[in-house]
Amino acid sequence: MSEVKKRLTSWDSIIILLTIVVLIIASATVDNFGTSRNFTFMVLDLLPIILIALPMTMIIVTGEIDLSVASTLGFTSALMGWFWNNGLSIEMIIPLCIVIGAICGVLNGFLITVLGLPSLAVTIGTLALFRGLAFVVLGDGAVADFPFSYTDWVTGTLGSSPVPNVLILIVILALIFGIVQHATPVGRALYAIGANDKAAHFSGIRVARTKFWLYVVSGAVAGLVGVLWTLRYSSARADNGSGLELAVVAAVLLGGVSIFGGKGSLPGVLAGVVLLAALQNALRLEDVSGQALNIVTGALLVLSVLLPNIATAVRGNWHRRRLRQAAANAQ
Amino acid sequence: MLRRSPRTLLSVTSAALLVVGLSACGGTTKDSTDNSGSGSQASAAADPNAATKEGLKIAFLPKQLNNPYSDVEVGGGKVAVGEVKGEYKLVGPNDASASSQVSYINTLIQQQQDVIVVAANDPNAVCPSLNQARAAKIKVVTFDSDASKDCRDAFINQATTQGIGESLAKMALEQAGGSGEIAVLSATPNATNQNAWIEVMKTELAKPEYSKLKLVKVAYGNDDDQKSFQEAQGLLQSYPNLKAIVAPTTVGIAAAARYIGSSSYKGKVAVTGLGLPNQMREYVKNGTVKKFALWNPADIGYLAAYAGAALASGQITGAEGEKFKAGKLGEYTIGKDGEIVLGPPTEFTAENIDQFNF
Repeated sequence: MSEVKKRLTSWDSIIILLTIVVLIIASATVDNFGTSRNFTFMVLDLLPIILIALPMTMIIVTGEIDLSVASTLGFTSALMGWFWNNGLSIEMIIPLCIVIGAICGVLNGFLITVLGLPSLAVTIGTLALFRGLAFVVLGDGAVADFPFSYTDWVTGTLGSSPVPNVLILIVILALIFGIVQHATPVGRALYAIGANDKAAHFSGIRVARTKFWLYVVSGAVAGLVGVLWTLRYSSARADNGSGLELAVVAAVLLGGVSIFGGKGSLPGVLAGVVLLAALQNALRLEDVSGQALNIVTGALLVLSVLLPNIATAVRGNWHRRRLRQAAANAQ
Repeated sequence: MLRRSPRTLLSVTSAALLVVGLSACGGTTKDSTDNSGSGSQASAAADPNAATKEGLKIAFLPKQLNNPYSDVEVGGGKVAVGEVKGEYKLVGPNDASASSQVSYINTLIQQQQDVIVVAANDPNAVCPSLNQARAAKIKVVTFDSDASKDCRDAFINQATTQGIGESLAKMALEQAGGSGEIAVLSATPNATNQNAWIEVMKTELAKPEYSKLKLVKVAYGNDDDQKSFQEAQGLLQSYPNLKAIVAPTTVGIAAAARYIGSSSYKGKVAVTGLGLPNQMREYVKNGTVKKFALWNPADIGYLAAYAGAALASGQITGAEGEKFKAGKLGEYTIGKDGEIVLGPPTEFTAENIDQFNF
């Protein structure tokens, strides 16, 4: 019974519930929110955040972080433009960009797991490094003449339905990441590492190797998102995706993942991403200015960190009081 | 099992990613590509006599909000929207990045605006959304910086190269008092805009009415305040008989005015060119500068709103040669590729400079 109660009052279920409530209220009260076209727009807006959040969730669950993802995105976007200008076929460029993204992840993984450097410092460094490389590749210029069949696929929908093509991609990747995280030994290992990586190590989990591959996967996904971003905006630019890493980390934390590792679930994170995107979309439709939008999302994030802590404190207090009462009764 | 699992994780995800990447094989390269999809709509014929519709929803989307220059631009737009009895709306991102405008365009589509007036941060990044807007019967007017021409109905061009060059030559003649030596203080030696304007200016100076004017030197201040200041000083040392310095750059004209204003040449050597009223106000007030020019940003927004209203009312379609009326600015004719040229730059003097704040 208390297990069920714990489940229902956990932060991720609260966020999922809140997301559903916001979606219902917005559909009912905000003009043009519940339309099929708005659904398409919203999915396109949250596409980069939700995809990068998948590996980011795993990384944060292990107690680490990867802030270089948006720069990896910008780097692969710039490379995509450069390759395209140099006559490579788009079918070659796409896997190449994903592999290069993975190589960026290898560098992060190497510095963090082999040299044992703190991930925050390393990925702040590579954040600057990859963005710098992006500007070396493409400078201030933009490459725009990507084939219509590809750009149209990214912005388009399945036939005449309102389901965006990219939603299939999101569903497939979310399923893969969700299964790995919540239904395999690897997933359980991630939580063990996050809770206590020494204990995890002594229980036979290959901590360093697991973390290394997480960064590689994170880089590969960032590379894929670089490609999708470029195709969505038909514009390869070195500054694509600037600042996106913060939106991703914000969504992951809002979704109930603990920044200290060991806690959180992917459904919570997915709800966090959708909640942020839905709020922004609805407020924009209501002509709320960009600055006010930042205030709302910022406040929401602070609350998402604050509330679970208050809840834990309150619960702890209550628990202690009950113990004292029980002790008094026994006397 | 546990030992092998990180690899399983990697292989599963990378396989999934590669499937996505390789799903279409064939080899589309830059050379083989067809970009036919974007684009031109079949538009109905224009009816120049159609009445301007009332209550048109006209939304302005500048490059970013809270930029003093674009505030003046959209301010002009607001006035014009009021004149055509439309509904004015201003939206925009907080940063001027390439993609940040797209969500705003999508929102405007959802809100079923009649006209979107946009200054594109990236000519291509906004294109797919703008074309979606046009498919939803929204008219798209660009100002300030154009989007790719197949995704908007009209573009308000603030000034043509020819217009600026002619205006610079005219002011030089006036300020030099009809004859004598003049010099140009430009930005960098390879600044595209400045070089084009100086070329036109030179062609103008070759005309008979400019025969008494002699262009002795083109100096380059690299759009750096200190370098421009030193170059202005150098010009006077090399050419003590100089009558006027023409600076077709806002940095150059301000630096030249500061040098002349603080030297014994004040009142003897004229400074003119392209400048911002707020930067030049003190030099105009203290008599160093009599006249300079720049396009009026408020007029850009004003004209854009009228062009949008004319498009939405069916008076024009954006085709070359169509005419429409733009309130106090008079009648305009659409040029090639849907371009509408604002007209000759506005000239600022001691009399009118206080009306401008940008």
